[in-house]
Amino acid sequence: MREPSADKEPFGLMAEFRAPEQLVDAVRRSREAGYRSLDAYSPYPLEEMRQALGMTGNVVPWLCLTGGVLGAAAGYGLQLYTNDAYPIAIGGRPLFAWQPFMLITFELMVLFAVGFAIAGMLVLNHLPRLHHPVFGVTDFHRASADRFFLAIFCNDPRFEIAETAAFLQSLEPLRVEAIQSTEEPE
Amino acid sequence: MSETASDTRITAEITRIPLHHPHMRNWWLLFGLSLLLLGCFFVAAGALFLNGVGMWGNNIPVNWGLAISHYVWFLGIGHAGTLISALLLITNAHWRNSLNRFAEAMTLFAVVCAGLYPILHLGRPWLFYWMAPYPNTMTLYPQFKSPLSWDFFAVLTYLTVSLLFWYIGIVPDLASVRDRAKTRRAQVLYGLAALGWRGSGRHWARWQQAYRLTAAIAVPLVVSVHSEISLLFAAGPIPGWTSTVFPAYFVMGAAFSGFAVVLMIAVTLRHALSLRDIVTERHLDLLARFLLATGLMTAYGYVYEVFDALYGGEKQDLATLHDRFTGLYAYSYWGAVIFNFVPLQLLWFRGIRARPAVLFLIATSVVVGMWYERYMLLMTALYRDYLVSSWGEYHASLWEWLLFAGMIGVFLAPFLLFVRFLPVISAFEVKEALRETGDLRHA
Repeated sequence: MREPSADKEPFGLMAEFRAPEQLVDAVRRSREAGYRSLDAYSPYPLEEMRQALGMTGNVVPWLCLTGGVLGAAAGYGLQLYTNDAYPIAIGGRPLFAWQPFMLITFELMVLFAVGFAIAGMLVLNHLPRLHHPVFGVTDFHRASADRFFLAIFCNDPRFEIAETAAFLQSLEPLRVEAIQSTEEPE
Repeated sequence: MSETASDTRITAEITRIPLHHPHMRNWWLLFGLSLLLLGCFFVAAGALFLNGVGMWGNNIPVNWGLAISHYVWFLGIGHAGTLISALLLITNAHWRNSLNRFAEAMTLFAVVCAGLYPILHLGRPWLFYWMAPYPNTMTLYPQFKSPLSWDFFAVLTYLTVSLLFWYIGIVPDLASVRDRAKTRRAQVLYGLAALGWRGSGRHWARWQQAYRLTAAIAVPLVVSVHSEISLLFAAGPIPGWTSTVFPAYFVMGAAFSGFAVVLMIAVTLRHALSLRDIVTERHLDLLARFLLATGLMTAYGYVYEVFDALYGGEKQDLATLHDRFTGLYAYSYWGAVIFNFVPLQLLWFRGIRARPAVLFLIATSVVVGMWYERYMLLMTALYRDYLVSSWGEYHASLWEWLLFAGMIGVFLAPFLLFVRFLPVISAFEVKEALRETGDLRHA
């Protein structure tokens, strides 16, 4: 799913809920009603939300695995190359000693795996980002404390301001509000 | 109390600390003290840069001295933060959520202290970057079969992974502080640090994958890093360093000393920041049990070491064992045994585990005991080698003690800044656990 650019007016509609179960339920019903360009906001991760939003991708774990493989290859390759290009013959030790090489191989595997997973997570989430239109919604500061929000964005094919607002009202939220656009370019 | 009411309360209770610190005077007192200690670090390290390691007491045969024993000690302390946070996350133990944030911060700063020691010990510390493999005009690369090279990669990886794990764990709470901040400056600064986090469900799903994967990788990383430290010893042909129990013994000792420090910090913060209903007596009780368990595992290492020397029957190993019991540094052996394991036995009693002040004292005793252990492992083995001609004594110089005092400052100063400016408890994870278990005492 792609969010619309921040200068679209209105950017979308936002409904506010009191409890996490209400939000999960609202997301499910919105998707049943055919809305696809939507997002949910909660102060903590909700186990059921991934499925409710219809997210299926496992890009982060695959990136992590890729990083691990690359890191291990880089670590081992580095030691093979440097020992070959600049041999240091000391104490009759074998030039290619795979046992001690495993330490650095392992460390770099971990470093790359974690780096890929976290950097990948940030890139896929389009973070860091200085501003976002949803921050303009009344009460949205409570999305990091104790309230739960559902947004339907204007680029959804079924988005029709009056109709969508009526639909959101039918989910019995505390309130429904238009998300104002912001001037900041993407 | 309804679900969201407790969410509101937890958020308020935790985010109030960075925004309106409750005990500014005490904080300034402690921070002043830590700055003084930090000053000691710059004096001691500056003097070392000017004069070289000759200022220290270490020389052949004991060329490691306090620098390396402190390296192992600090790194060991750091490991408990990762274990508490990562191991308990992947085993779904919700009670971790009240402890993981400051335990990870402890890890971070302890690893910084640990990493500085081998660098300062190098002789020419300003050339430490020679340990990094980069194309250079010397047509020389680091010796990857050398423990120094392993140290470089292990500490660097551990530091980076701990930092990333801690940071992505704190981002949602920074967003929460940003949303509660009243002044423009606080909003901008916390806003930048929070990376624009807005709690999107799509973000949470990927965040959770990345966070759990990192946790799952961090656990074997801890084991590998401290095993690597023990291999540092095993790579030297020194009597008393070659027992196969070393990797396990080191990792257990690391967890033991680290849990002791986590317990000390938990007791202090809980009291100082009035967090009694988030860090509950149950948390202290569980930490005490962990301390007892890892302590007993460490004790097994002691028993095994003696057994190994006796069963192996190697003359030099027996001599080292004898030196440990009665030699010049016997005080460090008995100090380790007494401080580590005698007060620890009190933790068998439920009544003791419910008393924070007593727990603090027991944990302090463990930290001292583990300090003795690291010292003992180095000294008793190094001062009497195979060759009688190379026997020699080691006495730490005043500069080494000054540097140690300074390192405490290197640890304390950033830790106090963390306590002052960042959410010390993971508010969103406490709320999440609360939703899943429905009870704060189990959260």
